Amino acid sequence: MSKIERHGLTRRALLQRSVAAGALVVAGAGFIAAPDAAWALEVSVISEHQMATLLQMARDIYPHDKVADRFYAVAVKGYDAEDNKALVEAGVAALDAAAQAAGHADYVSIGWEEDRVKILQAMEGDAFFQTVRSGLVTGLYNQKDVWPIFGYQGESFSQGGYIERGFNDIDWL
Amino acid sequence: MVAKFDLNDDSVVVIIGTGAGGGVLANELAQKGVKVVALEAGGRYLPEDYVNDEWESFTQLAWLDARTTSGSWRVAKDFSGLPAWIVKAVGGTTTHWAGASIRFQDHEWKALSTYGAVEGASLLDWPIDAAEMAPWYEKAEAKLGVTRTGDRAGLPGNNNYLVFEKGAKALGYKEVHTGRMAINSADYDGRMACQQTGFCFQGCKWGAKWSAAYTDIPRGEATGNLEVRERSHAARILHDDSGKVTGVEYFDKDGNLQMQKARIVCVAGNTFESPRLLLNSASSMFPNGLANSSDQVGRNYMRHMTGSVYAVFDKPVRMWRGTTMAGIVQDEARHDPSRGFVGGYELETLSLGLPFMAAFLNPGGWGRSFTTALDSYENMAGMWIVGEDMPQATNRVTLSETKDQFGLPVANVHFDDHPNDVAMRNHAYKQGIAIYEAVGATRAFPTPPYPSTHNLGTNRMSEKPEDGVVNKWGQTHDIANLFISDGSQFTTGAAENPTLTIVALAIRQADHIASEMSAGNI
Repeated sequence: MSKIERHGLTRRALLQRSVAAGALVVAGAGFIAAPDAAWALEVSVISEHQMATLLQMARDIYPHDKVADRFYAVAVKGYDAEDNKALVEAGVAALDAAAQAAGHADYVSIGWEEDRVKILQAMEGDAFFQTVRSGLVTGLYNQKDVWPIFGYQGESFSQGGYIERGFNDIDWL
Repeated sequence: MVAKFDLNDDSVVVIIGTGAGGGVLANELAQKGVKVVALEAGGRYLPEDYVNDEWESFTQLAWLDARTTSGSWRVAKDFSGLPAWIVKAVGGTTTHWAGASIRFQDHEWKALSTYGAVEGASLLDWPIDAAEMAPWYEKAEAKLGVTRTGDRAGLPGNNNYLVFEKGAKALGYKEVHTGRMAINSADYDGRMACQQTGFCFQGCKWGAKWSAAYTDIPRGEATGNLEVRERSHAARILHDDSGKVTGVEYFDKDGNLQMQKARIVCVAGNTFESPRLLLNSASSMFPNGLANSSDQVGRNYMRHMTGSVYAVFDKPVRMWRGTTMAGIVQDEARHDPSRGFVGGYELETLSLGLPFMAAFLNPGGWGRSFTTALDSYENMAGMWIVGEDMPQATNRVTLSETKDQFGLPVANVHFDDHPNDVAMRNHAYKQGIAIYEAVGATRAFPTPPYPSTHNLGTNRMSEKPEDGVVNKWGQTHDIANLFISDGSQFTTGAAENPTLTIVALAIRQADHIASEMSAGNI
């Protein structure tokens, strides 16, 4: 296990891990940002560690390698609210406890997705997991900015439909 | 010149619901000079209001009032409060429907005689047949402008169809075409031709697809004989000491309880709300609900044997472009028990946008198996399976413990698949996957049924009063001036999308009601 993983998610460790892995950084008090500062997410109710864990969990539930972290951040930012605080605290604590039982510092320190997924599978029936998962179905896939990554074009009425724009343009059959 | 009738006017026909059944019936009666008050629980949305965004449109149009579910069907687990994807709006689900308009096959009117008794199923013959219905189907096809009927041409095939057609023909299927669709292939009846825009399920912004919302409803209103009361939620049907219905209590748009007197009441609130209303109308004279001496109200709920097959290819398909459901294979619709089940099924092209694909491809699914499917969304083709399911007395709508916003018990929808349904679905999955594999699919997804759009049978039509709720005119066996005018009167479901048959029955029922009124019989 690397030094970073052993240290877990101190702000400094997260920063180091992020630089190393190209993932998230806690960039300041109550502030999570991408390493390249392309986006940032402020937390005021839940902790940075809890938000970082939610982000990793979101990626692990619906992993799309072509979809950048910022889209997942948009999908989970609503958990930074008083109404969700207790759910998130208990859920993240459960994830970390399961990670520790498996010999890791905490959930986000686990290096391989498949090892994190094993932990998620064990808590698949829990309210925390189901709330996060079902929220992502709309929170992630209903972002219009995500659609082009999948090739989906959304509405076409404003352009007159596809009658002259390739409704039958398939060329490989 | 929109009519406005007095609440105490007891000469009107009150119709509850304005969809394929109620909306058509309202116009047909108004055209014949009959005064009609139509109560519609939803608001009025027209093409300029429709939104080509799946979730936003769903919020605008879908029936989202509480319902509850039970039984072993997967919908009860994945969408426990949403057993159906149908519409609460003027025009009802004719806003949302895909437009597929095919007649029953002749033998499907006589399911019990044709298939024989099936264990666990409450099969019955309809008290009407193909010859009786032929002229009404012709009128319905002309009203809806159904392609490939009359002299109307078929729609052109989109990318999703071209993949489907090539695979189907490679398997040897013969009856493969772009469907008989109530979507104009050329300008017709004041409505323009399809612009291949997609989003047929969200309301056609061009008006190329027939919907009662912008055809029958305004035409009925133009006669001066039809008043549509929007956002008016029927609560109870009242009756007198002789057992005849006398009016309808409803909550108006401000939530106030009103009572409209009536000469005749026609219930067309869909297969959940229609039996719910009859059950909620129980009285000391009818303690089990109106028209329920047979104990058949709410029973024999059918939802069609459905499912979907999606598949991914190594190259793009872009299935969302163009008409959503203009593609059909009919070869499996025949009755051929050698396949291991009675009845048959249709295969029809279908696409969902990315947001709904994420929700419906494998509800509850997550992880790489799920997300790699969506990663190939652009290379995906899709089809829907629609086949005849077995009526079962235990599949039923009952009153739930849960109450709605007006304090009325909501519908609980109980459903278990019949073994015949399961055998047919498995056959259809296999054939659907084979179609796509024949054109090089690299991966296929047998997708479970969505919340139901074809909801049928909870006030079924029967020859004998003890077997069902209504007679061959949709008139209740128990109460002469109470009619059922929607898909709940279906005796059996047949393999075909039901709207054309609902419309044909409504046109026929209007003719019957008007002549019975003239004769002074009701």
